[in-house]
Amino acid sequence: MHKLEALPALRPSASVRPLKDDKLRAPSPLTRIVLSGLVLGYLGLVLLGPLSALLVEIAEIGFGVALSKLVDTTALLALKNSILLLLITMVVNGVVGALGGIVLVRHRFPGRALVSALCDLPLAVSPVMIGLSFLLLIGKGGVLSPLLEAINIKLVFTFWGLVLGTLFVTLPYSIREVSYVLEELGTDEEEAATTLGASPWQTFWKVTLPNIRIALGYGVLMAMARSLGEFGAVLVLGGSISGQTQTATTFIHDSIEERNLDAAYGMSLLLAVFSSGLLFILERLKKRQAKTQKRAHGPSKQTA
Amino acid sequence: MKPVGFALLPGPGELWVRRGIVSYIGLLVLVPFSVLVFVAFQDGLGAFWERITSDVALSAVGLTLWTGLLVGVLNAFFGTLTAWVLFRYPLPLKPLVSAVVDLPLSIPTLVAGVMLSILYGPASLLGQKFSALGIDIIFAKPGIILALLLVTLPFVVRAVEPVLEEVDPAEEEAAVVLGASPWRAFRTVYFPAIYPAVISGSLRSLGRAMGEFGSIVIVAGNIPQETLTAPVYIFGEIESGHPATAASVGSLLLFIALALHGIARIAEKRVGGRHAQA
Repeated sequence: MHKLEALPALRPSASVRPLKDDKLRAPSPLTRIVLSGLVLGYLGLVLLGPLSALLVEIAEIGFGVALSKLVDTTALLALKNSILLLLITMVVNGVVGALGGIVLVRHRFPGRALVSALCDLPLAVSPVMIGLSFLLLIGKGGVLSPLLEAINIKLVFTFWGLVLGTLFVTLPYSIREVSYVLEELGTDEEEAATTLGASPWQTFWKVTLPNIRIALGYGVLMAMARSLGEFGAVLVLGGSISGQTQTATTFIHDSIEERNLDAAYGMSLLLAVFSSGLLFILERLKKRQAKTQKRAHGPSKQTA
Repeated sequence: MKPVGFALLPGPGELWVRRGIVSYIGLLVLVPFSVLVFVAFQDGLGAFWERITSDVALSAVGLTLWTGLLVGVLNAFFGTLTAWVLFRYPLPLKPLVSAVVDLPLSIPTLVAGVMLSILYGPASLLGQKFSALGIDIIFAKPGIILALLLVTLPFVVRAVEPVLEEVDPAEEEAAVVLGASPWRAFRTVYFPAIYPAVISGSLRSLGRAMGEFGSIVIVAGNIPQETLTAPVYIFGEIESGHPATAASVGSLLLFIALALHGIARIAEKRVGGRHAQA
């Protein structure tokens, strides 16, 4: 006993700080205030300040006045194009996201890694380059232009040019979200359903689809937000012809060029409000997904 | 016909779905980019080299690279800090702040540019104060950097946040019990866990910054050899009927983007996950 007591390391010494409970979770108030202040200041400088500036500016013009500028043929046609593109994005990416995610995760075939990498590429390059690439392919003097002229199809500077550009830039969102979920889930549940006598279609509708539902919705909403905000690709491929291929974003750009600031701010406000709405739904979905994942993974972790 | 993905050994119906998906992605992505690279090198390597080394092109690519790198580094710092503060400290209106961080994901970048030029533009109160000090923000380089910071704001934060939540708090408690200072506890417990996410998020913001167009067009002023970035230069060359020049500079950016993308994927694999998308 007395030998143990003689060991210096076991004796409380001045170098070991007394432990307080609150020390574990709460740092010194000074650090907390400085760091929080730094973050809030940064957010204010980069994001909140500019956002409030837009709102104040529009409030000065009058929200009604700014929005009333949008009740005019060009603005309404631009909005119509944007809404059509939004709907096309929703449908196409809904289908491609579900099927593409499943194919890329659950199928094994040569070139799978390449296809998967290609699918991420639109996130990594400039929309202007995406527009340019299509222009060189199907535009005037492009590689496929003799063929397109022969069958009398015009894509560039028409609505279909806008569709191509938008589908390209929104390709990755839903496929990626669905892939992540499928990779995490594996095929255990499908195998169990089959063993219990479910038909392949029953398994698909009752097991696979419900599992990817939230991720698919999340990805499709991200794609929709992107399609609404896309500018570079639709400017290059559509040419922003007023009343024909102008979208909401190119309308803002052209209004600024023409010094028609009220209309530009009105449209900016409309887009900002709409995208905030999308973001609100996205945040809700994210929380729901986190909850279902916890439910799915929580117990298995404990038994493991 | 069996539904897609039901079995690991696909039936004939599933094979057709697979072919459809693969050709959709191929036609939409691979074919146009192959044409871009083809046009860039059509007239030989010499012509390509000449086009990317003209004074205007070089300064545009240079500007895009250094602003992108700066934004990547700033994001690594402020993004990690933001994630940490959101993760750890009680903040007033925290859910709101957290949602605001995601806002640039959904707000059109053109609108982001409009916001910045209202706040910092030459006609605004702040803009006038700064220009009295001899600093121009809008139509100058600081405007470009602010715009890039705005559109890339969520990348590092959203990459780091989930990783912080996965760290076992017992490890930090152990460090503190053993006498580590809070800074040392962060450095030795949290930092090793989050640094791949920081790198991947900041590479993604660099990639995004290098391609940014909508907000830059509004705030930069696009003066050749001053505030003309590479994407805006490419757009100008398309408009003025020089598709080969546009394709050459575009291919150069494409190669840089591919390299960055590869590095980001490796970093992401090390964190084992997701969350770091544009």
